[in-house]
Amino acid sequence: MSSHAHTGGSTVHAPIAEPSGFIRKYIFSVDHKVIGIQYFLLALTAVVIGIVLSLLMRFHLVWPNATLPFVSGGQMSQEQYLALVTMHGTIMVFFVLTTAPQGGFGNYFLPIQIGAPDMAFPRLNMLSFWVTFLAFVCIIAAFVVPGGAPISGWTGYTPLSGLGEITGPGEGWGQTLWILSISLFCLASLLGALNFIATTIDLRAPGMSLMRLPLTVWGWFVTAILGLLAFGVLLAGGILLLLDRSAGTSFFIPAGLVVNDQLQAHSGGSPLLWQHLFWFFGHPEVYIAILPGMGVASHVLSTFARKPVYGYRAMAYAICAIGFLGFMVWGHHMFVSGMSPYSGFAFSVLTMSIGVPSAIKTFNWLGTLWGGKIQFKTPMLFALGFVSLFVSGGLSGLFLAQPAVDNMLHATYYVVAHFHLVMGVAAIFGIFAATYFWFPKMFGRMMNEPLGKIHFWFTFVGAYCIFMPMHFIGIAGGIRRYADASAVGFLAHLQPVHEFMTIAAFITGAAQLFFLCNFFYSLKFGPKASKNPWNATTLEWDTDSPPPIDNFGGHYPSVYRGPYEFSVPGAVDDFIPQWQEPAQVARVK
Amino acid sequence: MSDTEFEGIVASPWSGGASPFAINSKKLGMWLFIISDSLTFSALLISYAYVRLETPNWPRPFEIWPAIAKSSLMTFVLLSSSLTMVLGVNAAFNGDRKKTVRYLIATIICGIAFVGIHATEWVTLVGEGVTPWSNPFNPAAPLFGGTFFGLTGLHMLHVTIGVVYLAIIAWGFGKGKYTAEHVEVSGLYWHFVDLVWMFIFPMVYLLSVNPK
Repeated sequence: MSSHAHTGGSTVHAPIAEPSGFIRKYIFSVDHKVIGIQYFLLALTAVVIGIVLSLLMRFHLVWPNATLPFVSGGQMSQEQYLALVTMHGTIMVFFVLTTAPQGGFGNYFLPIQIGAPDMAFPRLNMLSFWVTFLAFVCIIAAFVVPGGAPISGWTGYTPLSGLGEITGPGEGWGQTLWILSISLFCLASLLGALNFIATTIDLRAPGMSLMRLPLTVWGWFVTAILGLLAFGVLLAGGILLLLDRSAGTSFFIPAGLVVNDQLQAHSGGSPLLWQHLFWFFGHPEVYIAILPGMGVASHVLSTFARKPVYGYRAMAYAICAIGFLGFMVWGHHMFVSGMSPYSGFAFSVLTMSIGVPSAIKTFNWLGTLWGGKIQFKTPMLFALGFVSLFVSGGLSGLFLAQPAVDNMLHATYYVVAHFHLVMGVAAIFGIFAATYFWFPKMFGRMMNEPLGKIHFWFTFVGAYCIFMPMHFIGIAGGIRRYADASAVGFLAHLQPVHEFMTIAAFITGAAQLFFLCNFFYSLKFGPKASKNPWNATTLEWDTDSPPPIDNFGGHYPSVYRGPYEFSVPGAVDDFIPQWQEPAQVARVK
Repeated sequence: MSDTEFEGIVASPWSGGASPFAINSKKLGMWLFIISDSLTFSALLISYAYVRLETPNWPRPFEIWPAIAKSSLMTFVLLSSSLTMVLGVNAAFNGDRKKTVRYLIATIICGIAFVGIHATEWVTLVGEGVTPWSNPFNPAAPLFGGTFFGLTGLHMLHVTIGVVYLAIIAWGFGKGKYTAEHVEVSGLYWHFVDLVWMFIFPMVYLLSVNPK
């Protein structure tokens, strides 16, 4: 506080000089806004690749014998299918669901929403992005090295991932690059998380108490804490796995393992150790993907319902509770690993207890909508879609949290449907809501509303058409990761359902072109955005669109009230921004 | 009335601007790094405990002389370096640049001595035929070498990075480029590396003393 000079409610900083030269400004920039956009574009590239991979998978499931021009040998092999599974999962989870909401929007808007000129460690921020970029290069390189991409799934389960080429194509160079990529990603995310936490704690504007933080900031803050604690453990796992593969150790490989009729020289290790290390990271990772989306949904619902978030405190505490519980439930990914029923029971009860804060959030979202003057703009549609998908996907989680039921369903499409709805598509809807909502602030232009709405309806209906039938395939015994189920007797009759899902997937995939066209067209030709086009209340709407280099153009706002003061009785406008001094609020006489 | 409903600037430490517990960002950043790094070490130590418990007759090759004596000396050297670090930070806050640099150099020398003695330990074990995948003590416990080299190697890497870090700080502080805060933050890192050793020393060395 001592270094800030108070002048009539806002603080004055020394101006930050804009860097000159293209490279300093756009490539190796230390400006959190540029870095945010870099993360966003990285995620956009990754999501396009990820969608293409999933479409190839859907295609292969229905037409396994089709001749494809870009596949060596014409027909896709089972291993190539598994490579698609692995790369789709890895790219989507790490480089889309982790990168876009936290690295992209978190980087861009966390400092602005708390009234800070930049992150606490701008240079560290730049380092985080470039290490993430390097990790992305590594994972993409896995496609082109001899043997191709790895086939051990996004979970990299040992011993499949620990033995090298003998376990299959892609398990040589491809798997090594995968581990390298994930380890680099861990390192980058660690540094990023550290930066987010320090920024949120240290750089809040005067008056921005914790209970006045926008819920988006709560989401990013708790996500960063999860990242700080989880990525370090996966990093340790990555180091050990790399040692297993290249230094001849066998942390994760048991004695007497025979692969392709060859006895492996390794002994003494345990594949379960990898599962523990991986899921101790992997479960918090689920919340790393979804918590920022929850924050964005709360933020957008409140803005377009013109009502305060119902139960703000409960919402903030629920985010913390979900983050805390997220660290104690990793065992529910391992119910079928032969764990003791007592451990299974404990993990099951803890897992179901996450339903409590999740239900608090859902009820409060509905409470926010209740009786509001709802404006159905595109960001609002995607936020509503988020709530719908989160509930639909979350409910099946209650079934999977029972060890007895999970034993039945674990290896089936039921699990695939569950996590795609609740973690994949819901988080993507959070990203879309954030993109449509903040595009005017980030790029100074409005996106096209009708195109946005078409995009929403295709994606919303499409997502349900793809993933709802998947539950039934799972209950009917459809085993996931099978490259071709048409030859399996008891699964053959499910092929028409697969066909329906594949057609839905292609239509939904094609509908994303509405988004891409809208995005790039609006970037250049969209109507100019004003400072505050949505009549919203948080600090990012107090500055120009796009914001100047130091975010607020030399002056810094003070904060006088909570983040969601909509439709306040007695006020003339239906919103009172956080930065408006109490004396300046126009009241009805 | 809760402060969300209250209009006006809240005058509590948590109301923004000033940092909680008056920690500056640099120091907070180092603390957060330490939290995260300690989880990486915890994961490795727990993995070590896991494979050790799973393996019957885990090798216990370390004799009191020379292995335990040597590693005790290493522990003593590293603990002493923490003392010189504390004295260095104290001198830095008293504004005594010369004394600070002298204590930092003493710390660096201790760090180098630690790495040096440890390297001879490695050479001895390698000479006895210990590799990451096998050892002469018990062929049925191949992970002895892997865990030993993995844990102590990562720790040695941290000490080495610390030595370079302290050298940069000592040079910069001597020139007047860095403040006492910089010295203090580097001290946090150094003490953390020291503390990690206090887990590795008993778990890797003392639990593996030859029972005979």
